[in-house]
Amino acid sequence: MSAVNQSGWKPEMGSAGDTKPATFTGNKALMLEEALIFEIGTSGTTGVDLAEVPKVTSRLGNLERHRDIGLPGLSEPETVRHYTRLSRQNYAIDLGFFPLGSCTMKHNPRLNEKVARMAGFADVHPLQPVETVQGALAVIHELAHWLVTLTGMKAVAMSPKAGAHGELCGILAIRAALTARGDARSVILCPESAHGTNPATAAFAGYDVENIPATSQGRVDVAALKARLGPDVAGVMITNPNTCGLFERDLREISDAVHAAGGYVYCDGANFNAIAGRVRPGDLGVDAMHINLHKTFSTPHGGGGPGSGPVVLSKALAPYAPLPFVDKDGDRYVLVEEETVSEYHDLTFGRMVAFHGQMGMFTRALAYIMSHGADGLRQVAEDAVLNANYILRSLDDVLDAPFAHSGPCMHEALFSDDGMADGFSTLDIAKGLIDEGYHPMTVYFPLVVHGAMLIEPTETESKATLDQFIGALRSVAQRAKAGDPLLKSAPHHAPRRRLDETQAARKPVLVWKEPAQAVAAE
Amino acid sequence: MRYLPLTPTDRQAMLGVIGAKSIDDLFVDVPAEAQLDGPIRGLPNHASEMAVERHLSDLARKNLAASHHPFFLGAGAYKHHIPASVDHIIQRGEFLTAYTPYQPEIAQGTLQMLFEFQTQVARLFGCDVANASMYDGSTACWEAIGMAGRVTKRSRAVLSSGLHPHYVSVAKTMAKYTGDTLETALPELSAGTDSSRLLAAIDADTSCVVVQYPDILGRIEDLSAIAAKAHEHGALLIAVVTEPVALGAIKSPGEMGADIVVGEGQSLGVGLQFGGPYVGLFACKEKFVRQMPGRLCGETVDAEGKRGFVLTLSTREQHIRREKATSNICTNSGLCALAFSVHMTLLGEKGLRTLAALNHGGAVQAADRLTQIPGVELVNESFFNEFTLKLPKEARPVVRALADRKVLGGVSLGRLYPGQSTLENGLVVAVTEVASAEDVETFALALQEILA
Amino acid sequence: MTRYFTEDHEWIEVDGESATVGITDYAQSQLGDIVFAEVPAVGATLKKGGDAAVVESVKAASDVYAPVSGTVTDGNAALEGDPALVNSDPEGDGWFFKLTLSDTSELDSLMDAAAYKAFVDGL
Repeated sequence: MSAVNQSGWKPEMGSAGDTKPATFTGNKALMLEEALIFEIGTSGTTGVDLAEVPKVTSRLGNLERHRDIGLPGLSEPETVRHYTRLSRQNYAIDLGFFPLGSCTMKHNPRLNEKVARMAGFADVHPLQPVETVQGALAVIHELAHWLVTLTGMKAVAMSPKAGAHGELCGILAIRAALTARGDARSVILCPESAHGTNPATAAFAGYDVENIPATSQGRVDVAALKARLGPDVAGVMITNPNTCGLFERDLREISDAVHAAGGYVYCDGANFNAIAGRVRPGDLGVDAMHINLHKTFSTPHGGGGPGSGPVVLSKALAPYAPLPFVDKDGDRYVLVEEETVSEYHDLTFGRMVAFHGQMGMFTRALAYIMSHGADGLRQVAEDAVLNANYILRSLDDVLDAPFAHSGPCMHEALFSDDGMADGFSTLDIAKGLIDEGYHPMTVYFPLVVHGAMLIEPTETESKATLDQFIGALRSVAQRAKAGDPLLKSAPHHAPRRRLDETQAARKPVLVWKEPAQAVAAE
Repeated sequence: MRYLPLTPTDRQAMLGVIGAKSIDDLFVDVPAEAQLDGPIRGLPNHASEMAVERHLSDLARKNLAASHHPFFLGAGAYKHHIPASVDHIIQRGEFLTAYTPYQPEIAQGTLQMLFEFQTQVARLFGCDVANASMYDGSTACWEAIGMAGRVTKRSRAVLSSGLHPHYVSVAKTMAKYTGDTLETALPELSAGTDSSRLLAAIDADTSCVVVQYPDILGRIEDLSAIAAKAHEHGALLIAVVTEPVALGAIKSPGEMGADIVVGEGQSLGVGLQFGGPYVGLFACKEKFVRQMPGRLCGETVDAEGKRGFVLTLSTREQHIRREKATSNICTNSGLCALAFSVHMTLLGEKGLRTLAALNHGGAVQAADRLTQIPGVELVNESFFNEFTLKLPKEARPVVRALADRKVLGGVSLGRLYPGQSTLENGLVVAVTEVASAEDVETFALALQEILA
Repeated sequence: MTRYFTEDHEWIEVDGESATVGITDYAQSQLGDIVFAEVPAVGATLKKGGDAAVVESVKAASDVYAPVSGTVTDGNAALEGDPALVNSDPEGDGWFFKLTLSDTSELDSLMDAAAYKAFVDGL
């Protein structure tokens, strides 16, 4: 078998144990249970008042709907209550510390929200004549300028809709460049510690993926990489700082070697928060790097998107950038789409998405970037790195930190599950932290460390918050080392206990069914 | 700086605990020649809220906003009235600043919402299951083509000429890498769609047929015959819905036999926003669920036996399957899915049916009014809230002239299909409930003047 | 009938020219709850060491390799409705597929039960 459970994560329900006396309603003071809209709404209720429908002869081509759709409706007060109650079952950055490694859960400024909602940005259609949207194109152009200048690159593709989409953009640009010079290659090299989207993207683009091993210092084995380079290697995908939270010191040397062998360097920019304003990836020989606006540049995570993943490109790859993009012609902004391709951009590998990209995220990110400025962004990187090292050194006596000996970490600190009592795992520490009032750190990633715990505090946390978290994690870690049985059934105080993910995967229930329907289905 | 809580005293104390003399010690792994010695030159320094707001407000004012003028653009993005509660709900910090619900015990808000969303989408589309959303309609469309390839183990996809040209363009780009062959065609300015071409093209090598419903010119046609022929030959029917409000008035694609239904949810809850962020919808038959891309939320129980929800069937996804993953998507469009779901909940069955009827009624009346203008012909026999007019001259300059008069009068086919002379007189007009009778009259008078 | 083991934690029970393949108890305990198993189609040609099947737990997917080369004669249909069989009886009812061997000499490089046990103890 291939890597039998490399990460070490296994579901463990724990036993429910002592449960407090139930209330009549099932509610617990401010923690309110909430049914599904299908259980409380009705098809005849609506929370919207609509005008009188005009009487017209139908032009629907005899395709009028006769069946009910099956949608419940609620009045406005019921709707507001339903979603307010649901929201209160969520942890969020606004509520507390969110130490997720690789996710950069920094504060989401409300200025961003205000700016994004200005009518001139929120209420314009993507296909309006470009003369009527010059201000919107200006935003895209200004943000592009910031991103290119911060990274020391030549151009930026703004249209990718998320990080993984940006990775795809970068790899496709590399493939286009190689095809253009008649040098189709078949292999891409990825470090073992890479996020799964890296090899997935490379495989999608038609490449065979080969692993590059890491050194005991947690970095790419440069000698092994160089030995593998050859005329069949299209490029290398590196994360810098890497997923162990360490700066790849030899990146310039790697880039030079890859270029000399005719390949390109893709950099996963998920960890850009550690170096923005202090280091430019362009200076390290990077050819393409995606930037997660929802990580480094504070656009909100929204419970799972929307994101935005612009890709900065080197001089070598800039000609292949996807459509569309914004250019400036005198003092007019132009939108380069399929129509003007031959004039502006005939080497493009094509369009990746309808319309122009995540405009709503561009306004938010631009507001954030302008607020910080060049000096502020540099301070962001410094505070992010300072906070992570503070956490690393405050905990490396109680938790195993596999690379703590090799020097400082960057913006995130990595620990393993070494030293836990028999039968206790990273999962139990994570669930124990929930009871302490924290969202757990990233767990079981990167795969190269068993039971990995990756902590990224970000720069928007105060020292007091960090101290409190350190105290809480020390307490939970010590309980895991001592084998405290209550940890196995944590969390005890969250809106739900541990959930049966095995059942959810073995017998998926993905939509609601009326009880009669559900019984019949069994 | 207002977003940075650390004080100089804090920093000193922390450096002490770390055992470093200065912050530069922590950047020791960065080669000296790559370290910038100060803030990047040529970029401005930090700015106050007021200054940032001022600058962006100036840029916003340079755009012609839909709410202030007669507005008739569609072609894949529609303006509907979004109830005030929607924006308030999505701005609650517990939704706005939450993460992907990987720790389900403290994310039941997001997860329950996604379960409700999946059910709403599945029902609207007439399908068994739906996922927790994609980036947008165009990426949902190409992922569906990829999925059909995996299910049928074939690589020839037939795309209807009525599919949005951006969606076709995206599919063509991706097909270069998946090895799929795409058969495409340009639409014609006629009342009929290209269904006979599609039927003729289906054979034993076809993986899927992709049809937009209603299509780019607003035409609506029955998908049942295409579904039947596709199934006869072991192929799948993929229906693409860019205006979900239409399904409040017309039959669902699932009802007519579609195997996969994808679409753009922007119409409901999510404003125009100059093209993004939007929300892709993806639904299919139960038997295909393990081939579906994107996140999925499932029902389960917790250790106390209480009902709860979790992300499930995760091994399809990239971060686990790595090079064997079946799709490119990692995240979904969570906040936009919430907006869609809240709007749908406020509407309910009755509200959505009424809203659809309002849209259709307004569109019929507008079409009647606009075709009173000499030289203006209606191309469509059938339409929902969007139809195509054939003007007596090239439509693109007409649209610009209308914009000069502050009327946002539709999307010219010249913009969507540049250089295609057979289409250049075509103008796609969307009429939703936000267009008043006065707006239609203003549009008609301006158009008449320009065409004279 | 003889049972052999691979270093990748597959077992193969051989009876003349045909054999049954599954994953070991050690492998299933490492994976945790199995939620899905994909078995090869009848007639599929397998190469020694090549991908043969897939086994999924909640958060991991592992490829099951063919211990020897051959042609698939049967896939365990029971796993579709009850993947938990792989956890409860990995070396019996939780078998994955049966095949006819194309080269019995390939068995020579596999471990016997004692050798496999020693191998696992050393992990």
